[in-house]
Amino acid sequence: MNDATIKILPIAKSPNGGPNADSNGVPSATPNSGPNGDTVRRKLTISVLRYNPQEPSVPPHLQRYDLEEAVGMTLFIALNEIREKQDPSLQFDFVCRAGICGSCAMVINGRPTLACRTLTKNLGTEITLAPLPFFELIGDLSVNTGKWMRGMSERLRGWLHMKDPNPDLRRTEEKMDPDLADKIYELDRCIECGCCVAACGTARMRKDFVGAVGLNRVARFRLDPRDARSDQDYYDVIGDDDGVFGCMSLLACHDVCPKELPLATQIAFMRRKMVKMAWEKP
Amino acid sequence: MKIVYTDVLVIGGGLAGLRLAIGVKRRGHEAVILSLVPPKRSHSAAAQGGMQASLANVIKGQGDNEDVHFEDTVRGSDWGADQKVVRMFVNTAPKAVRELAAWGVPWSRVRKGDRQVVINGQKVTITERDAAQGLVAQRDFGGTKKWRTCYVSDGTGHAMLQTMSDQAIGAAIPVHERTEAIALIHDAGRCYGAIVRNLITGELVAYVAKATAIASGGAGRVYRVTSNAVICEGIGSALALETGIATLGNMEAVQFHPTTIFPAGILVTEGCRGDGGLLKDVDGHRFMPDYEPEKKELASRDVVSRRMEEHIAKGKGAKNRFGEHLWLDITLLGEKHIKQNLREVYEICNYFLGIDPVKDWIPVRPAQHYTMGGVRTNHTGESPTLKGLFAAGEAACWDMHGFNRLGGNSVAETVVAGMIVSEYIADFCDRIDNEVDIPTPLVHDFLRREQGKLDALLAGHGTEDASAIKARMQEVMTAKVGIFRRGADLQAAVDELQQLLVKSRNIGLHDRSRGANPELVTAYRVQKMLKVALCIAYGALVRTESRGAHFREDFPRRNDAEWLKRTLALWKGEADTLPSLAWEGLDIGAMELPPGWRGYGAKDYIDNPDTPKRAAEVEALKAKLAGAPRFAVQEALMPYESLLPERFRGRNERIDEPIEVAQ
Repeated sequence: MNDATIKILPIAKSPNGGPNADSNGVPSATPNSGPNGDTVRRKLTISVLRYNPQEPSVPPHLQRYDLEEAVGMTLFIALNEIREKQDPSLQFDFVCRAGICGSCAMVINGRPTLACRTLTKNLGTEITLAPLPFFELIGDLSVNTGKWMRGMSERLRGWLHMKDPNPDLRRTEEKMDPDLADKIYELDRCIECGCCVAACGTARMRKDFVGAVGLNRVARFRLDPRDARSDQDYYDVIGDDDGVFGCMSLLACHDVCPKELPLATQIAFMRRKMVKMAWEKP
Repeated sequence: MKIVYTDVLVIGGGLAGLRLAIGVKRRGHEAVILSLVPPKRSHSAAAQGGMQASLANVIKGQGDNEDVHFEDTVRGSDWGADQKVVRMFVNTAPKAVRELAAWGVPWSRVRKGDRQVVINGQKVTITERDAAQGLVAQRDFGGTKKWRTCYVSDGTGHAMLQTMSDQAIGAAIPVHERTEAIALIHDAGRCYGAIVRNLITGELVAYVAKATAIASGGAGRVYRVTSNAVICEGIGSALALETGIATLGNMEAVQFHPTTIFPAGILVTEGCRGDGGLLKDVDGHRFMPDYEPEKKELASRDVVSRRMEEHIAKGKGAKNRFGEHLWLDITLLGEKHIKQNLREVYEICNYFLGIDPVKDWIPVRPAQHYTMGGVRTNHTGESPTLKGLFAAGEAACWDMHGFNRLGGNSVAETVVAGMIVSEYIADFCDRIDNEVDIPTPLVHDFLRREQGKLDALLAGHGTEDASAIKARMQEVMTAKVGIFRRGADLQAAVDELQQLLVKSRNIGLHDRSRGANPELVTAYRVQKMLKVALCIAYGALVRTESRGAHFREDFPRRNDAEWLKRTLALWKGEADTLPSLAWEGLDIGAMELPPGWRGYGAKDYIDNPDTPKRAAEVEALKAKLAGAPRFAVQEALMPYESLLPERFRGRNERIDEPIEVAQ
């Protein structure tokens, strides 16, 4: 990740002062083991950008929570401890707490990523958390990525269009090239966490942009020989500025993707295919 | 009062719930799915290793079929399973894989020719057949005779859930995300839907439906140390229990997974051992062959977990600042295999432990993993006591897992039960006498009652702390209702859980907002979770034998003479602090596979007097039919095909078992 990318990220402009950009992702931590293996417990300050749309009278503000770091502490552990011991009203989302479900994406020291697998020892003692921008805010760190993802999927018709909707299930399955199956899975690894959209420059300007997540979905189905659709069909859903031509190639999506999907490559590839499609259109 | 009407209300948006909804929709019925979270975030996504189905495509799966899968599953269950349901399951599992293959799951495929694999710590070259090239591949898993587990790298559940959820979107099935059923609506032994809370606004809405299906997953979070996602709190089971009419089956049957990273409890897949990974102790010694010479690391999960704890108790655990653990060594699999086929494991080790499993051993210890029990259903998925209430997947006690489930059989059950039960729900909705006839004032009563409970929590003068009660419940369950169980501990657990339940009726809240309010959610859920925890602990206390994952140190033998039966828990009165238990016997006379030794674990068990008679009958039938096709033998032993919906009957084609299909 380079500095240019950081600048376009939606760093919180809160009345109480923004996050400490210098501590962004840089482990300025003191080692948390003493010479005898004893724990030297750091004091952490976690500042959370809070706002509850159901209580609009309370303006958005940064709230600070102090807590003692524990060995192996993740932001999942830290936030739950804050909620259990300090502030039962704090809203956030975790489900799997193992980095596989995509629920807990948030902006951590200015960078969107998964909170559950972020170890506090890799961060400084001042940690700033904000909800993902772009998505509808539910409250505090909780955003409605699910609603947006469903809408995107409906717009892009993001499901495999079967050639034969009623295959004979008693019969041996259709064969597929093993390497191709692996390639499809590579793109299927997306967990719809929303980091790519939260970090996207185009999404800041175009509210209907389908994002890297959407373009990656289309690329996945295009790669799949079981899908009945043609490039014309894909052009119909992504062949405009809210689709593949809206991308400005700023590559933040690629940088922040927690699953390290080849997003920039996929978008470039799809753009080439869609340009070809447009060129050859009668 | 707001009422939403639909044909089928599905509670839970994981694999089972999604497949149920798709199934009934295909039959012309409208379905609404309620989900705590966006469906793709459901715990189904955590099933890394794979799905069992006897496709027999790989060479190490050659000879596999429904019969072998059936035997493995029944042995795995320690004879606790309903054998007819197991038959329904094993015959449908290959169809489920093939359906998902058609719907878009990028199953890992067989590559023809030589490849190197690790078996029993040795590098071995195996040769895949030309005919298998490009077919769905299988890997080895615990408790199975053949390589049967179909997989997508090590993101099988994730890939299945992506495809299933996509197809539900394609079928225009509405998913009401961030909503939570808090009570079932029922009258005169008939279920009519649920009272549902919107987790964003706090609004209560009544959903009225012809059929209601619980597919809300397991209850792992009643334990402190669990591999389960934070949403797996057993609330669906509690909803059924709180009707006072529906029963929960075998709640004491709780599985502990051998390999979760220590101490976080995050799962690393059984595929690690299936692909050749080894368990080692503080001295670097591979100890499993000492205990289980036959299956070694790949005995069933209950056995491996117990052996690990036994070994730690002998002082052979490695120590770190959190306590004792053992090591999982996958370094012998090599970098390429780990990064390609066990990538989630690689990421988990990297992010949560800061280690590289290509070079380092992984600290592991067993943790709660799976709830074999659940809403008791008959083979159609319907509650035998509450008409119109169905259940499928981990939330159900259907009952194909008995007292221990095999790895790869749960994610398979979600889809297979989704397929089968959706057909029966559709049949139910087709019948004219099942139209909804509940008067709206009655619906209103249910809604008012639930609103009243929430108001009491929000406005009451309670003094107990919801989080503290929950934490204590989890601690008690992990400490006293774990892998090794003793009567005195269980009694202490039951006593304390009862006290906690009483306390939970006096919870006071710091945050009194009516909308999104995490503390309120913890409060009403912990009241429900405690009831589920009591069903587990009390069932375990009363069951004075050891069977599958339920192990009593004071009653170490399986006791078929007295305990070849399923526990049923009923919560009769709202003020009760204990479930009422009853038992339903398993009919040995109808079993295709009479009780015996599992082939791993303890050989010592108390026989039921009916077992030798049935065993002799089975042997005689097999001798009489020697040389007959295996299907004829099976049919003679235990006919079951009429129990399957017509759509899913019929044989399964294999490379070595071609079928003639009349069009």
